[in-house]
Parts: sequence; structure tokens; C-alpha cells
Amino acid sequence: MLATAIIVFREVLEAALVVSIVLAATRGVVRRGLWVAGGVLGGLLGATAVAVFAEAIAAAVSGAGQEIFNAAVLFVAVIMLGWHNVWMSRHGRELACNLKSVGEAVRGGTRPMQVLAAVVGVAIMREGSELVLFLYGVAASGPAGAGGMLPGALSGVGAGVAVGAALYLGLLRIPSSRLFTVTGWMILLLAAGMASQGAAFLVQADILPTLGEGMWDTTALLSEEGVVGRVLHTLVGYTARPYGIQVLFYLVALGSIVTLMKIVNRAGRATTSADAAPGSRTA
Amino acid sequence: MKQVFSSVPLMLIALGAGFFAPLAVAADEPHTFTLSIKDHRFDPAQLDVPAGKKLKLLVKNLDPTPEEFESHDLKREKVIPGKGQATISIGPLKPGTYKFVGEYHEATAKGQIVAK
Repeated sequence: MLATAIIVFREVLEAALVVSIVLAATRGVVRRGLWVAGGVLGGLLGATAVAVFAEAIAAAVSGAGQEIFNAAVLFVAVIMLGWHNVWMSRHGRELACNLKSVGEAVRGGTRPMQVLAAVVGVAIMREGSELVLFLYGVAASGPAGAGGMLPGALSGVGAGVAVGAALYLGLLRIPSSRLFTVTGWMILLLAAGMASQGAAFLVQADILPTLGEGMWDTTALLSEEGVVGRVLHTLVGYTARPYGIQVLFYLVALGSIVTLMKIVNRAGRATTSADAAPGSRTA
Repeated sequence: MKQVFSSVPLMLIALGAGFFAPLAVAADEPHTFTLSIKDHRFDPAQLDVPAGKKLKLLVKNLDPTPEEFESHDLKREKVIPGKGQATISIGPLKPGTYKFVGEYHEATAKGQIVAK
């Protein structure tokens, strides 16, 4: 039961962290719960579909289908997270002010909710498909396996959701005038980390060169296999022994998003004339 | 604005290197080593491979249930469907021991690759 709980926890953790960041980043948006729930549901359906077609996906592109699929899903998420931040760099300042006046919260509904719901969906689809395969394996090993699986699986899901909830509640303690600056940074680092993860999948598929096997090795300091290492892996893209190409993808994703945010923010300022509100959204 | 343009060459280098690297190694087709999974155990549990060369690992899952080949030492993770198989490219490896597990049955599915 413990083994099941640990594996389920690992797979749920990353998705739970993504969901909690998205929830914090969309505070004040009307019907965000529906959007996020839609993303979760879509992700679960997607995960089941990916698990069912696992064999076909694995066999595709002369055996590299699984890696290419994972990388593609991650890069799509990077683009959507980047899009969210660029959008927010234009409208974030107004939103932060609006949140203080309840009546105007409706305006928050114009935020790119579809994009974030899709991020939730693909995060759950990717992690969830491995979970579905694992649980199918346990269930298929006989009634004893299936019976023992349920408590383990449930406690694994519970633990993963608890870590996500802790992060969400922590983020909610941030004053609303600063909240979107913080979630903007978190989404930026989340995106950069996903870009680096995607690069690692393409190295595994023999499509990208490593550009250096291990740029550094901090396994002894903070292992990626522990809970803290895993949480940081998801949140900021921590990798104990990264390839050169992972570092490159991380920096390119980070640099591109920040640059686009600055350009859009500057363009927005030029058209909407002077706006003396503090709390820059350029982060 | 400047930063956008300075990151473009970086991306092009990354893309270019990515597309041409496989061509460079195509001339020297990597050797394939086979690993079976049966009753949630790897056979052989230890695989001796040459160091410094690109290799392919053919993992055959003889069990009806899926398994995930995972190795932090090799930085590889791949789902192997039940009654299915998958190829994993590894190396060139430095001499040493590289552990791997079947993530779905970590208690029994353990093994290592020794590069010499």
C-alpha cells in the first residue's frame, strides 16, 4: 500500500502544484473554478486516452514517440504560460487595482482563462497517463492487488493535493496588490522549468545533443528524488544534474518571455498614456 | 528589443545542432543491448556495456502489465507497455555503475548497467 501511495503521490504532486499556481494566479476571475475544473476533467480524459494509446504512441516516430509527445506537451504548456504572462504584463496593473473594488471583479473575467485551463489539462494529462498505466497494472495483477490499491492510491492523491493546497493557501496570504507579481514570477519559472524538461526528453529521443552531460551535480546536496527536490523541480525547474541543453532551453524560455513582457508592457504604457500606479508588472 | 534579437541566434544554434547531431552519429550505428522484464524483474539484472560509446537498450516487457523504466543515473524514463518493448538510447557513458528501476515495481525491478 505504501509503495502505491508513494508512486501516486509523485505523479499527483506536479499536477497539484501547477493547479495551485493557476488558482492563485486567477484569483478574482469570475467562474475560474469552472475553467480549472474543466481543465482537470479534460486532463483526466486525456490521461486515460494517452494510457490507452500508450503502445501506439511509444511505437510512433521509430520508437521515439513517447519522448516527442512529452516534449511537445511541455512546450505547448511553456507557450501558454508565456502567453499568460505577456497578457498580464499589459493588463495586470488594472486587475490588481480592480481586485480591491469588488464590483469591478467582473472585468477579471477577460483574463486568458482558456490558456490556463489548458495548462492544467496538459499537466494532468502528462502525469496522469503514467498513473493510469500504473494503476491498471496493479488492478490487472488480481483482486488482491486491486483491493490493496485503493487505500494507497487515495492516500497518494490526498498527500499530493495537500501539498498543492498548502502552496495555494500560502500564496493567498500575499496581499492582492502583490499577488499577481508573485504568481507572474512563479509562472515564469514554471515555464522555464518545463522548457528544460522538454529538452531532456528530446535528448532522450536522440533529437537534441546534450551540450555537456552534467553542467553541475548537486545530487548530494539536494536529490531530485526527495519531496523537496521534486517540488523544486516542478516549481523552478530544479535539476540535480542538468544537460547543457537544458540550461540553454531554460534561459531561452526565461529570456524570451521576460523580453516579450517588457515590449508589451512598454507598448501598453505608450498607448494608455501615463499611469503612475506602483508595483511594476514587468517581472 | 535588443534582448529578443540576441536570443534568436541562440535558438537557431540549438535547433541547428539538434537536427544535425543525429546525422553525425548515423554513420556509426550504436550497438543494441537487450533487457527483459519478467515477473517484475529485470533479466539480466546487471548489464556490462562498453564505456564511451553510444548504445541502444531494447527493453522487452514480457509481463502483461506496463512498467516504467527509470534511471536517475542515466536520466532516462520510459513507459514500456505490457507485452511490449521500447528502445532507449544511452551513452556515451563514463566508466561506472548506473542504476535503474522499474518504477511501478521498485521492490523487485532493480538493475544496473556497468560501463567499462
